[in-house]
Amino acid sequence: MSKDRLGVVRDINGPIVTIDLPGIRSGEQVRIGEIGLVGEVISLSGRQAVVQTYEATDGVRPGEPAVGLGWPLSVELGPGLMGGIFDGVQRPLSKIALQSGDYIARGIDVPALDRARQWEFEPNRALEPGQQVGPGSVLGTVQETATVLHKILVPPGMAGELEEVAPAGEYDIESTIAHVRDAKGTSHRLALYHRWPVRRPRPYRRRDDGVSPLITGQRVIDTFFPQLKGGKGAVPGPFGAGKTVVQQQIARWSNADIVIYVGCGERGNELVDVLESFPKLEDPYSGRKLMERTLLVANTSNMPVVAREASVYVGLTVAEYYRDMGYDVVMLADSTSRWAEALREVSGRLGQMPVEEGYPAYLSSRLAAVYERAGRVETYDAGSGSVTLIGAVSPPGGDFSEPVTSHTKDIIETFWALSKELADARHYPSIDWVTSFSAHVHTAAQWWHEEVDRRWEQRRTEALALLARDAELSRIVNLVGPEALSDAQRWQLEGASLVKEGVLQQSALDEVDTFCSPEKQFALLDLTLSIYDKGMALIELGVPVAELAEMPQLAKVRRCKSMYNSDQVDSIRAFAREVEQAFEGIRIEYAKQTTD
Amino acid sequence: MSIKEYRTASEARGGLISVKHTPGIAFGDRVRITDSRAETRDGQVIRAADDEVLILVFEGTDDLDLNDIWVRFLDEPVEIALSPEILGREFNGLGEPRDGRPPVLSNTRRPVSGAAINPAARTYPREFIQTGISTIDGLNSLVRGQKLPIFTGSGLPHNRLAAQIVRQAKLKDEDTSFSIVFAAMGVSYADAKFFRDEFASSGVLRNVVMFVNLADDPPVERLTLPRTALTAAEYLAYDLDRHVLVVMTDMTYYAEALREVATAKGDVPARKGYPGYLYSDLAEIYERCGRIHERHGSITMMPVVSMPSDDITHPIPDLTGYITEGQIVLSRELNNQGIYPPVHISPSLSRLMKDGIGKDDTREDHPHVAAQLYALYARALETRNLASIIGADELSERDRRYLKFADDFDKRFVAQDEAEDRSIDATLNLAWELMSAFPRDMLTRMSETELAKYYRATE
Ligand SMILES: Nc1ncnc2c1ncn2[C@@H]1O[C@H](COP(=O)(O)OP(=O)(O)OP(=O)(O)O)[C@@H](O)[C@H]1O
Ligand SMILES: [Mg+2]
Repeated sequence: MSKDRLGVVRDINGPIVTIDLPGIRSGEQVRIGEIGLVGEVISLSGRQAVVQTYEATDGVRPGEPAVGLGWPLSVELGPGLMGGIFDGVQRPLSKIALQSGDYIARGIDVPALDRARQWEFEPNRALEPGQQVGPGSVLGTVQETATVLHKILVPPGMAGELEEVAPAGEYDIESTIAHVRDAKGTSHRLALYHRWPVRRPRPYRRRDDGVSPLITGQRVIDTFFPQLKGGKGAVPGPFGAGKTVVQQQIARWSNADIVIYVGCGERGNELVDVLESFPKLEDPYSGRKLMERTLLVANTSNMPVVAREASVYVGLTVAEYYRDMGYDVVMLADSTSRWAEALREVSGRLGQMPVEEGYPAYLSSRLAAVYERAGRVETYDAGSGSVTLIGAVSPPGGDFSEPVTSHTKDIIETFWALSKELADARHYPSIDWVTSFSAHVHTAAQWWHEEVDRRWEQRRTEALALLARDAELSRIVNLVGPEALSDAQRWQLEGASLVKEGVLQQSALDEVDTFCSPEKQFALLDLTLSIYDKGMALIELGVPVAELAEMPQLAKVRRCKSMYNSDQVDSIRAFAREVEQAFEGIRIEYAKQTTD
Repeated sequence: MSIKEYRTASEARGGLISVKHTPGIAFGDRVRITDSRAETRDGQVIRAADDEVLILVFEGTDDLDLNDIWVRFLDEPVEIALSPEILGREFNGLGEPRDGRPPVLSNTRRPVSGAAINPAARTYPREFIQTGISTIDGLNSLVRGQKLPIFTGSGLPHNRLAAQIVRQAKLKDEDTSFSIVFAAMGVSYADAKFFRDEFASSGVLRNVVMFVNLADDPPVERLTLPRTALTAAEYLAYDLDRHVLVVMTDMTYYAEALREVATAKGDVPARKGYPGYLYSDLAEIYERCGRIHERHGSITMMPVVSMPSDDITHPIPDLTGYITEGQIVLSRELNNQGIYPPVHISPSLSRLMKDGIGKDDTREDHPHVAAQLYALYARALETRNLASIIGADELSERDRRYLKFADDFDKRFVAQDEAEDRSIDATLNLAWELMSAFPRDMLTRMSETELAKYYRATE
């Protein structure tokens, strides 16, 4: 590719700029104007190219220069990503703040990875010069953070004979750490980092089925609508329903190795929340600070819309890069609707024909292609890694039939539908158990049965059946009043209420309950359902429902989740036995009364 | 580059004019148009091509004779002059005086379009602001640096509520008052006067900057008005270290003006004719609020958003809710029952409350009290609904308790006098009084310690 070709600006229409630059390619990066705004060619016609710019174009004039940079939008992949915050085109925001102050100046050019920082490189002792290596061969490792061992891999597309690997020592990311001679005899220099074009999925050896659930510590997710590592899921819901909290909870408490959190067209303060709290919070699995395994991509709603479109691809590419090292990565995109709106805005400015609600015809295929980058794969070095992708969806007016929600629903495997009614009643997480679904229950069940309890799937089904019964009965009550219900039916309502308050509701703000281990999840579910079962048995014996509903233990069932943490599951079980005895007491008492 | 001037424009429609053969004009630059009577209008370049530029004219294009005008390209962005003298003054959307006094002279000039705050430079807002209003302080607390709109409908007392908040808002145990930036877009003369009089009578006028565009002023000017107002707010907050409260009313008229211009430009509409970029456009305004590292001042924002036909899913309240950090929703039903302020707590929300309340900020029981009241009220509303179908007599004893709670809550907790400034302690104590109508065991959101300390059974 020829570098630094010079052209001229012709027309500025917001972020869309037309330039005259013969020979430029579609997708190529361009610098626009004296100030040097970066953009990307999105269409070509004759000598002219249409460029979408990642920054505001105020002050740019027709006649100013436009320079082709020779490469497509790419990210830098190497040590130094973890713990960082980057904008939608991977510019390091903390460094930009040092340079340009509190507001983001335009035309700034700061590389994503720190050039000055030295990394302790440990070569792979199993490698010998002369050996054949290919994409994914591990050249060595760098301890990136206390939790993340960064494997330095031969990048995709590179194969040949290893000429040499650098000895152990301190290197900056640009130093040479290996030479590889390809089949044509050309020697290539490899550094601690390489670049990868974000719109091209990184290759892998083979795609595998997901096998184990992503444990998020959230009961309604893990127990009722589980996600698998390598799965794709969506969290749709109206504003304020709890999409961001669900995503942040997953970022905090899931058992992933790496978390990529993409704030795509959302609030600045939400990213600050992560940025300020994660360095203090401990990962429940490693005991280390959460920020050490987390990367933030921040393109907030007030930042340029074109970079918002790019931010999702930047996040995905970094996710795939860590997947290739054999890690389980979770990527959270909040919100994919804002990403879709960025597509819509650009397509509108290009005068493309809108099909539904102003969205271009390619909305569904682009969405599908994004989600398709999630998955569990066999990596080139025969390891296994995964990218789980969870996107928030923000339907206008909370209407799930709108284009982005409906197309997303066709693509994903888990659907956590948030309900305004539940949120208004402060039932959090407001994941609606009727309209949500997971295609992974069966696979997850195998894990639960082996690791936690063999009755998991059965108990889960019972709880959902009870909730369905509750919905039916509530309809009846609303028509004819509660007097029409039998004692057994009233106990069903009480049982469902216990499931809702004691199991489903889980406050992210509760210090104890914010994370719930699988063992505790099952213990609470089992406790609640066995109370329901025991009570039903008594009612069948003729015990009046009022007597049961007044048992003081029921209040404690509702509070149990916050009274005992995940290490105190035995206390929950002890309490379950206590309740059992109380029921037994009532039974004996009642049997006495009836025989008297 | 320098100032360029042209004699004619080739086309005018809906607030836009285009000028041909104008090489080298910068995108976003300011334009001055002079007509044959020597009257001037202001504009901004919204598309700049080699051979033609498109200009948005803030005063509109009515009565403009395209063959007899001067179009001057001023070679500068749309900016305003700023100095401490802006306090106590009233301007239009372009920062020109509306109060008959001379323009502000200053070397400090800032482009009104602003720039995005670097998320890495923000600090999380966490200082509780006491507004003296129970439904806000107790259940949807406002913190310094938050954007918390009031969702309302025509005829509801949003102006009175906004004015009461302006009068009463202060940090707990602190007396520093806010500087107020007041931005009025498309409001009636009477509404603007209401605020002006309010500020005067409560003695805060010296601390207020007003930016006003009335219903009969040119709508296009509404597009720059909030930006101009926020540029002033940023100056007060970050140059003069003040805590600024920005009241903006009414964002719905702002968005309607945006729709008007978008339609004239031929932009592809998304919902209800509003352009697809309405979300990003509103976000550029709302996200200028917040707290920044190592800056003493702050910007807190309270926009008023009326919901056309009381419909919260209408694009303007909807997109606002997707950007702001919660919302205070007013209810016609409560208002009809004579309850002031008619705050409907169920759809109301404050997202930044969690870090601004509790032991070190308000009181240790505050988070659980809020959760408990919400849970009780949600259940109470269901019961009220049920009672309206089957009659209150059919209700169980437990349900009747909820019904009574709903009424007490509306009349005692929600309702308060326009002059009543309730401290957060008073609000929380009142909450306990209402909650104590329930047996202790039903207050499952409260901890045992909190119950022991505050629960007082009434029976
Ligand atoms: N699991 C939870 N526990 C406690 N509070 C919650 C929970 N989920 C949501 N909330 C409350 O709801 C508020 C709104 O949630 P959130 O910000 O996640 O909504 P959202 O769906 O992302 O809205 P938007 O689309 O506007 O971004 C939170 O600030 C919090 O107060
Ligand atoms: Mg959100």
